[in-house]
Amino acid sequence: MKKFITGNHAVSFGAKISRAEVIAAYPITPQTEIVEKLSEMVASGELKAKFAKVESEHSALAACIGASAAGCRSFTATSSQGLALMHEMLHWASGARLPIVMANVNRAMAPPWNVWSDQTDSLAQRDTGWIQFYCESNQEIVDTIIQAYRISEKVNLPAMVVLDAFILSHTSEPVDVPEQKKVDRFLPSYDPKYKLDIDQPHAFGGLVNPEWYYEFRYKIACSMEEARGLINEVGKEFGKQFGRNYGLVEKYRSNDADVILVVSGSLSSTAKEAVDRVRKKGRKAGLVRIRAFRPFPKEEIRKLAKKAGVIGVLDRNISFGNEGIFFSEIKSALYSQKRKPLVYGFVVGLGGRDVRCKDIEKMIDSLYKKQGLKKDINWIGLKK
Amino acid sequence: MKLTIPEKEILNPGHLACQGCGAALAMRYALKALGRKTIIVLPACCWTVIDGPFPYSSAGVPLFHTAFETAASCGAGVNAALEVKGKNEVTVLSWAGDGGTMDIGIQALSGAAERGDNLIYVCYDNEAYMNTGIQRSSSTPHGSWTSTTPVKAFKKGPKKNMIEIMAAHKIPYSVSASISHPEDFIAKLQIAKQLKGVKFMQILSPCPAGWKYPSNLTVKIAKLAIETCIFPLYEVKQGRYKVKKPANKKPVSEYLKLQGRFRHLTGEEIDEIQKNTDQVWKELLKKEKVFG
Ligand SMILES: Cc1ncc(C[n+]2csc(CCOP(=O)(O)OP(=O)(O)O)c2C)c(N)n1
Ligand code: SF4
Repeated sequence: MKKFITGNHAVSFGAKISRAEVIAAYPITPQTEIVEKLSEMVASGELKAKFAKVESEHSALAACIGASAAGCRSFTATSSQGLALMHEMLHWASGARLPIVMANVNRAMAPPWNVWSDQTDSLAQRDTGWIQFYCESNQEIVDTIIQAYRISEKVNLPAMVVLDAFILSHTSEPVDVPEQKKVDRFLPSYDPKYKLDIDQPHAFGGLVNPEWYYEFRYKIACSMEEARGLINEVGKEFGKQFGRNYGLVEKYRSNDADVILVVSGSLSSTAKEAVDRVRKKGRKAGLVRIRAFRPFPKEEIRKLAKKAGVIGVLDRNISFGNEGIFFSEIKSALYSQKRKPLVYGFVVGLGGRDVRCKDIEKMIDSLYKKQGLKKDINWIGLKK
Repeated sequence: MKLTIPEKEILNPGHLACQGCGAALAMRYALKALGRKTIIVLPACCWTVIDGPFPYSSAGVPLFHTAFETAASCGAGVNAALEVKGKNEVTVLSWAGDGGTMDIGIQALSGAAERGDNLIYVCYDNEAYMNTGIQRSSSTPHGSWTSTTPVKAFKKGPKKNMIEIMAAHKIPYSVSASISHPEDFIAKLQIAKQLKGVKFMQILSPCPAGWKYPSNLTVKIAKLAIETCIFPLYEVKQGRYKVKKPANKKPVSEYLKLQGRFRHLTGEEIDEIQKNTDQVWKELLKKEKVFG
């Protein structure tokens, strides 16, 4: 059914049609509307779930962990400081191998207070063992939540679906909310083999000495690798059933490109427009959007780099003392390759600073000229 | 002979508690009272170790290990799942130490109490952080040595009064218990099982390693804590107080002198503890009179 909804409500509908059974969340701008909508759905009986109105994000994820361990499909949503407060429990969810799905609305970290878009919150959770998806549109948000449950429940790892503050969270777009019956076929109900069950008493997550801990971590790494293939597979199957294909990356006019931009999130739409404009001027620029950041689409990046001579990476985040995070990751994926393209990093739009089409056109221009570019970070549009 | 304590053992032998551990006894009785239809949510504490290393578990019922401050919130999640699945016959037992309850876990516990999540929350009170090596907690009593309150700067100020804090949440049941009075503890658990909401129980669980006494004295010391009224045995049920009065109240010195953690105290300091204990006891009896 077509609906004209915000990214936040796209999340709520995604959780609803995925038939989340236990929801626990705590309000934070700009995520709040997700929780409000879900409360309404649960209160009206439209969604048969239990909504735990907890007293903090830390408790929200702890409650999802308990519910998931007891065999329920669980959902939560947060943003920025809330995600940071959850950090310990993010490790707990993946370590306990629980397929919880969470939406995170990418928002800058304080101080200074800033509620606008910035990816540092979710990227700081990179190593917690969560699958991470970065969405470009409200449609993709609904679709990704459904797929996230399918993938997570297969590999027993939690998944984070990330959307940009305000740019997506509060902007309405027409969204095709898939029919419940079709979603039920695509996403069967959750019935884990191992759960808290009085008929089969087991202890979960107890003390493991060095003799075994290492193997537990290895298994998480293997499952992440399994997720890599599964994201493409499930994305294709989703395409067959719902008409919209997804994968680890999305390529845009990249096949014959000599200069390639690497982007993520909603910034990709602006960057696609910039690519179109420079193409009109006869430049063979292209774009790759990273949709799954964990597992990282190494092979896809390597394939692209075989053709393109120059890559420009746009990061709406910064790892202080180093550089943009996507930039680092892309370079490290290419290091083992024989032919290494030139890679330049752009840090853009922190804390919701607008990134305009003409800014990106300028970046593409500089990538062609290779003039005035720094090897590590290029800060775009800084005030003096 | 009719036994007053369920004979059946659920806690398995082979657990890893120190010899004479009060916390092990507390769990043994709790499981006897609650039976096999129980799920334990366990945060970081001595019991994390006591239950046994992977792949073993001594609890005999499903047990989920969770983060230090999440006994209540994770328990709330398990309870939510049981509700969704219609498994109303299962009891969720959040089982935490005094540190995990009164310090780092108090926010989650307060939240669960206010929401009325259906949990039995047992705090086994060994009056310090034992798992990390006997550091003070907000439940460490006045006068006590711990590894962070050395003799020269022993713990000053009273234990946090968690039973009153929980009673102030208007939960249906907030009680103290002691491993020296297992029948009382079991009876209270059976009441707790019938009530909806958060039922809070604080059971005094002496710790030979942290309190510095020979391991055969655990029950004796726990009993003296009740008899001296330094750890009063009472309940607040739906706002009504009921206090267990010892047949003959003993001086606190009898309790203190058996434990190395109080060895440094002077006569004057012990007198002060006696005075404070009497005062709190008097207040408690008054509460029972007014709200009994
Ligand atoms: C967030 C966090 N901080 C600190 C710790 C370390 N830690 C583990 S158990 C513990 C003390 C537990 O004390 P208590 O709850 O009183 O239980 P006891 O060990 O006395 O049984 C501490 C500080 C932890 N696991 N997690
Ligand atoms: S340190 Fe104390 S509480 Fe911990 S297991 Fe040993 S006796 Fe029990």
